[in-house]
Amino acid sequence: MEDLQLMVSGLANGCVYGLVALGFVLIYKATEQVNFAQGDMMMLGAFVAIGLGNESHAGLPFWLACAGAVFAMGAVGMAMERTLLRPLFGQSQIAVVILTIAFGFVLRFAAGAIWGHDPLVMDNPVAGAHVAFGQVVLGADEIAVIAVTVLLTGLLFLFFSRTKLGIAMQAASQNQLAAYYMGIPVKRIHGITWMLAGVTAAVAGILFAAKGSVDPSAGFLGIKAFAAAVIGGFGSLPGALLGGLIIGLVEPFAARYVAAGYAQIAPYAVLILVLIFRPHGLVAQVRGKKL
Amino acid sequence: MRVPFKTSHRHDIRLFADRYQALRYAALLTLAIALPFLLDDFMIGEVTGVLIWAIGGMGLMILTGHAGQISLGHAAFLAVGCYANVILMDRFGLPFPVSFTLAGIVAGLAGVLVAVPVFRLHGIYLAIATLALTMLVEDIIVLTEPWTGGVVGLTAPTITIAGMDVDRFSSPDRFYWLCLSITLLVTLAYCNILRAPLGRAFLAIRDSEASAQAMGVHVARTKAAAFGLSCLVTGWAGALLGHYFYTFNHEVFTVVVSIQLLLMIVIGGIGSIHGAFYGAFVVGVIPQAINISRDWVTAVLGTSGVAVPGLETGVFGLILVLFILFEPYGVHGRITKWKTYFELFPFYRRDLFRRQKSYLKTERIR
Repeated sequence: MEDLQLMVSGLANGCVYGLVALGFVLIYKATEQVNFAQGDMMMLGAFVAIGLGNESHAGLPFWLACAGAVFAMGAVGMAMERTLLRPLFGQSQIAVVILTIAFGFVLRFAAGAIWGHDPLVMDNPVAGAHVAFGQVVLGADEIAVIAVTVLLTGLLFLFFSRTKLGIAMQAASQNQLAAYYMGIPVKRIHGITWMLAGVTAAVAGILFAAKGSVDPSAGFLGIKAFAAAVIGGFGSLPGALLGGLIIGLVEPFAARYVAAGYAQIAPYAVLILVLIFRPHGLVAQVRGKKL
Repeated sequence: MRVPFKTSHRHDIRLFADRYQALRYAALLTLAIALPFLLDDFMIGEVTGVLIWAIGGMGLMILTGHAGQISLGHAAFLAVGCYANVILMDRFGLPFPVSFTLAGIVAGLAGVLVAVPVFRLHGIYLAIATLALTMLVEDIIVLTEPWTGGVVGLTAPTITIAGMDVDRFSSPDRFYWLCLSITLLVTLAYCNILRAPLGRAFLAIRDSEASAQAMGVHVARTKAAAFGLSCLVTGWAGALLGHYFYTFNHEVFTVVVSIQLLLMIVIGGIGSIHGAFYGAFVVGVIPQAINISRDWVTAVLGTSGVAVPGLETGVFGLILVLFILFEPYGVHGRITKWKTYFELFPFYRRDLFRRQKSYLKTERIR
């Protein structure tokens, strides 16, 4: 019974990792860029939502604050693409990696300067509510996290495989030059992708801030989410969720059953094992390098 | 305007392009040796720090700048070198020259050990694997408490070389000269590797693995060599860093240090030995500059000193973003451009250093 309880809380944590990982994968899938600032964007989204919604700050109604945060982060994502990423268009992936790491530092500093360094919790309608299934007691926030994550992953998956825009995104990433020839506005597609990543980050941030507390260094969660994305096979949306769930599940069980001190190693140990034995992740997208 | 005309292979690979350049470096070396007589103890301490970071930067530069393998995990090898050196001195009573050499070798071996399973990965995946490595090392240091002192950490013993005590606090000048001589040796060795077949193989791998392989470069072996050499040098930097910090624990070698090391060589100028030095200098100067400008702001505005936590990393990040956007080859790239401008005057053209754009293609094929 205790295991079941651990499993559910692990799943809820894993969903947040999965959502951040989703942001990584989204950008990678559509632009071949890797956004190391995704964790910090999530942190920023959480702070924007708190700043709009909490009684101690602007005090707007919860749903209005959520909408505001989603909208603001979409704009931030798009602005990042326009000002930072577009000048690097046509340069190596590594330049983008270093740029986004550095920009993550800047975001962290900005959030610290605006909202302070104390952990904040977002006021939300389901705070403290519980639902009991037999002997398993679930927090309403945990259920909300799982539901939203599954919904969002499903929507994005359908978006990529069914809509014209999603397919254009895939094309833009598979071969930029050929996509240009086919009349796909690659740069605008990149802008839209970053906007979507910002929206995903805002949703993850809201869930994260409602479930626990958030401070400017929460962006480091991005590293775990990154591990999740890689475990799932970078470039696969369901894979990202799967990886997030694995990391989320490994953590509480390692803390429960493995000697203290070894527990926080577990997610990274899993990552290294996956990288060694299945270098391209569980849901592999790579079959071999084309020249 | 000078036109160097190369007539032989020896001409192409020699250490200095001409006598003039050799003289300039000799002057720089003289200045560096004489520095303790010109600066006070505090400044010498700062310069020593810059030298140590430059060694670490060179370590990463071999791997990232020349062999083209990105690593976000070099703090791990700094830690290995640092702990190995102090443990060998304390537990086994080895003299510093021996323990120092061994510390580097241990770190280098650790690097090869890591490289062997990991070098099937490249690009982003390699970065992630090395990132995970740093995350692990912090915890491993705590877990191996009997050796590493765990959370409490270790204290670096005083170095004794030829009967002389070398200590960061009581004899900063001697410690500076020690670091300077090691920096010099590493730099010379680095220059020589770049002139040798191994260095050329590194460059070939960086530019295209497939064509390097076609030219007869053993890709896996060369990558492992790059990893090993890089970690060897980084381990040495770590060993010196241990003496520089005097006491250290697991919190010194965080993932932020790894990232800082990478950002340092990018600011300095990736793909050049100069870059490691410029980067170390910038990283060493930023905190001082922030302190000074903070005092200045306080004096001008009359407000109490504004202490904003995280300001340093914030400013650092901002500088880096600006560099990547406007000067991707860093400080060294900027200086080279200025130099070329004067050497070619009046024939310098704006697009002389323009980078070729490439359209990305996915590696994910279904």
